[in-house]
Amino acid sequence: MLIKTEKTIPASEITGQSQFLSRRKFIWAAAGTAAAGLAGGLLSGPVHAAGGEYADVPRGPYSAQLPVTDFDYVANYTNYYEFTTNKEDSTRLAKALPVSPWSVTVEGEVDKKGVFHLEDLLKQHPLQERVYRFRCVEAWSMVVPWIGFPLGDLLKSLQPTSRARYVQFTTLYKPDVMPGQRSSVLDWPYVEGLRIDEAMHPLTLLVTGMYDDPLPKQNGAPLRLIVPWKYGFKSIKAIVRIRLQETMPKTAWNMSAPGEYGFYANVNPLVPHPRWSQRTERVLGGSIFTPKRKTELFNGYSEQVAKLYAGMDLKKYF
Amino acid sequence: MAIGKIQGRVYRFLVFIACLLPFFCLLIDTLLGRLGANPVETLHFRTGDWTLRFLCLTLALRPARVLSGQNWPLRFRRMVGLFTFFYATLHMLVYVALDQSFSWAQIRDEIPETPYVIVGLLAYLLLTPLALTSTKKMQRRLGRNWKKLHSLIYGAALLALGHYFWLVKKDYSEPLFYTILILLLLGFRVAQARRKRRRIRNSAQLLGDG
Repeated sequence: MLIKTEKTIPASEITGQSQFLSRRKFIWAAAGTAAAGLAGGLLSGPVHAAGGEYADVPRGPYSAQLPVTDFDYVANYTNYYEFTTNKEDSTRLAKALPVSPWSVTVEGEVDKKGVFHLEDLLKQHPLQERVYRFRCVEAWSMVVPWIGFPLGDLLKSLQPTSRARYVQFTTLYKPDVMPGQRSSVLDWPYVEGLRIDEAMHPLTLLVTGMYDDPLPKQNGAPLRLIVPWKYGFKSIKAIVRIRLQETMPKTAWNMSAPGEYGFYANVNPLVPHPRWSQRTERVLGGSIFTPKRKTELFNGYSEQVAKLYAGMDLKKYF
Repeated sequence: MAIGKIQGRVYRFLVFIACLLPFFCLLIDTLLGRLGANPVETLHFRTGDWTLRFLCLTLALRPARVLSGQNWPLRFRRMVGLFTFFYATLHMLVYVALDQSFSWAQIRDEIPETPYVIVGLLAYLLLTPLALTSTKKMQRRLGRNWKKLHSLIYGAALLALGHYFWLVKKDYSEPLFYTILILLLLGFRVAQARRKRRRIRNSAQLLGDG
């Protein structure tokens, strides 16, 4: 599957957002009706309402021309170990999370350190929609229309110093509402990190919404990272701290199992997880007879990001 | 006597239906599209869980007989054991037919990178001769060796646990639960065998002393 990118696409070839959405919604509605007729109950879950808060957010660059995964699947199949290791129970448990007001602390190697209100950050950085593939290290994937803005825009406005070579992100630590943080399944709080060039890459997003609406809590509200060419665990949720630093930051899964989860965690079908293959992936929302999809190097974003890793042994720096 | 026989049949029929219930539930959820975002994974987990549960149940019938002093638990052992094999076969079929879509090239490429599949397959291979020799006829023909052969179920149980531990990403609570259960059942078996041996030795001593 090809993902269109830096090449300019003639305006005539781009499907207008409203047209694209209405077509998608029509197809889903038709499929729903047909399936309901056949199986009486298929897709009987709540249908996601059209015309959300971010319905008018324009489509940004790098969006993949791909069929988007059904909202209900994306919203009810989440790895959020702060709440539970069960991908469906997180929807219910995350309801208790207070997401407004929200502030993000910026520290380390930047001129503009401080505590920023999320509202202000969202005002300063215009939102856009990006349809990205999302590939989990557990070998499943989906296609999601995220609403956010490039992380690089924020970092530039913070004026990093010359010593800012890495960025570390930290998730909210609040064990009274995050029951998973009362267990030792991972070291809390969850931390993740990127090299500065990865963080500044135009594909890397800070995300606050999806499917025209604010992020559901279980999907990382109110602010999460999305790095589409890396395994999903890099795309940290509920960010409260961004720290620029000179040394490579610690990351939660790497600390938990260093042999299994590296700092880079780039999607790569030829570098298996020590316990399972990464050659193929199960695309969410298929039927039981839908074959798995072949996983692509850098999740299909090679054209944009392969140069970041030129000369690096991807088996060693996994 | 006749009433006892009819009663036995009714009980056996009821247990048979009960053992099929998880399969019917799976079938209904599949037909109604109630398997969630990742239906093949759901089928994998549910058939795997039921295989382990039936394996534990099979192993629990002998202790149940000893502890209750009743003979009836052993009468269902063949059926429950065969249902273990039935759910293990479904689990295998989900892998080959649905997860890998019968793509042998894909299986060939992925299996060396996914060792827990090999361990699961080994467990299944150990269960197969047990299912094949489960008839009364084979039991008679194999005599004392039948018992030896069928103690392979403990090997299959340990491999199934290894299979489970190896595939879990981080939260080991479920495989740990089954491990404790199976170790308890295995421990019971070992203790029983030891007690039996001691009894034989003691009676031999008594004879010698006399």
